[in-house]
Amino acid sequence: MAKLILSMDGLVLKEINLTKERTTIGRKPHNDIQIDNLAVSGEHAVIVTILQDSFLEDLGSTNGTVVNGQSIKKHFLQNNDIIELGKYKLKYLNETPVGVAKAADFEKTMVLRPGATKPAAAPASAASAPAAPAAAAAQAPASAKPFGDTVAGQGPATTMPPASAKPASAPQKSAALQLLSGANAGKELDLTKPLTTLGKPGVQVAVITRRPQGFFITHVEGASFPVVNGKPLDAQAHALNDHDVIELAGVKMEFFLKA
Amino acid sequence: MTLSGALEIASCTDPGMVRAHNEDSIASDGEKGLVVLADGMGGYNAGEVASGMATTVIITELQQLLEKRTPYETDASSGQLIAHRLLHEQIAKANTSIYQAAQSQPQYAGMGTTLVVALFYDNKMTVAHIGDSRLYRMRGDELKQITKDHSLLQEQIDSGVITPQQAKQSQNKNLVTRALGIDPVVEPEIHDHETQPGDIYLLCSDGLCDMVGDEDIGLALQTLSSNLKLCAQHLVQTANDNGGRDNISVILVRVLREFPAPRSMMGKMMSWFR
Repeated sequence: MAKLILSMDGLVLKEINLTKERTTIGRKPHNDIQIDNLAVSGEHAVIVTILQDSFLEDLGSTNGTVVNGQSIKKHFLQNNDIIELGKYKLKYLNETPVGVAKAADFEKTMVLRPGATKPAAAPASAASAPAAPAAAAAQAPASAKPFGDTVAGQGPATTMPPASAKPASAPQKSAALQLLSGANAGKELDLTKPLTTLGKPGVQVAVITRRPQGFFITHVEGASFPVVNGKPLDAQAHALNDHDVIELAGVKMEFFLKA
Repeated sequence: MTLSGALEIASCTDPGMVRAHNEDSIASDGEKGLVVLADGMGGYNAGEVASGMATTVIITELQQLLEKRTPYETDASSGQLIAHRLLHEQIAKANTSIYQAAQSQPQYAGMGTTLVVALFYDNKMTVAHIGDSRLYRMRGDELKQITKDHSLLQEQIDSGVITPQQAKQSQNKNLVTRALGIDPVVEPEIHDHETQPGDIYLLCSDGLCDMVGDEDIGLALQTLSSNLKLCAQHLVQTANDNGGRDNISVILVRVLREFPAPRSMMGKMMSWFR
């Protein structure tokens, strides 16, 4: 659940959980968050919370509402945003659950039924569905099995090199190809895109994919397959190493990593 | 009627990097011009039961019905296109099956599934969808999302509460407002779209579009269009490389040639006088 931490001059005054659909902020006592300070308007701002998301709206206050140093009228609050009202600061905290298992549960698709009493009540009831015991996961019920040959479903794709569980933020080296033969011998081609195709469409095409784990070459079309270091490839993706020599459609090129 | 040689279809489905099992289900029949994708939800194994029931009911029933019925004709009693009527009826049937199973068996309580179905005929396609599984079209170098999610986020975008850019940061991504099998009756959204030779259609579960941006999807469809199977695998792989937090399913359909309805001379004459 999202919450706000009210502080002044670095001193924490209060912690407020955003449980209500509307949480009002202002100087007058009827506000959910009352800040008794003349820089704060009677009804200064409101935070509208829709399930996991919160929106801050200035209610036409005299001195305005500032988020992360910028004056706003309406703002979609993000984790760690700092709301400033005069000398007071409200820090917005809405952390995504940590840990893989927890995150997985959290992201399960749920149905929000129009008939539900309040939007805020919907996820709680949906989340109470029984958790899947790991042992039972192996046996899929008969009705979920592929039906005859019309079903194109497959298991985990085996033709791909094993994907790493690491996010894409892993340090990524840059790489390039240098042509060793043909009319453009000596030219360099930087591999900056996630996908770079090589060859002649309709004759022979291969693609180099840039992935978190490195660079891979895969045959795309044509009767003949690319040759890496003298060995022809099969239909599988092939990991490229520094100084590998690729032959494709009669042209030789060298793959190299850049510092 | 058969669309033999008019469509090329490739698909790939994968549990992703986090989930233990795959609750997505896909099915296709190139001859009948039919592709179905469902993303199940519900605890235990119920999600894959729901999505499996949806794809199985819809593909097998429509395969049989399309033997006798011509989708491009108009139904005399309702004035609806036969294609719409068939889709409506079979989606309702799948909904009832899932709903009844969920009501009668405690381990399936609360299960449901999203659905996207495309039926190709007479140089067009009819798309029916429920929930947040999507259909995109790649035409030339333009990728366009054809279906509009039935989700809280989409409703918020429509009503101007948040912008599509902000939606990417939202933590309410996983809430669908419509699903198959949750209520006794469900209304699918059904639209017709003209097709052109060279078009590539992408059906996918949210495991793809939540993990891979439109730009990268477009690049893959453009660069790898000559090898559709590889393209489907590449999309799944990219979603996994980006974290693969959900099951990922992809169906690609390429229109190879025109496929006008084989109307007889007599039928054409009749349509003039109508």
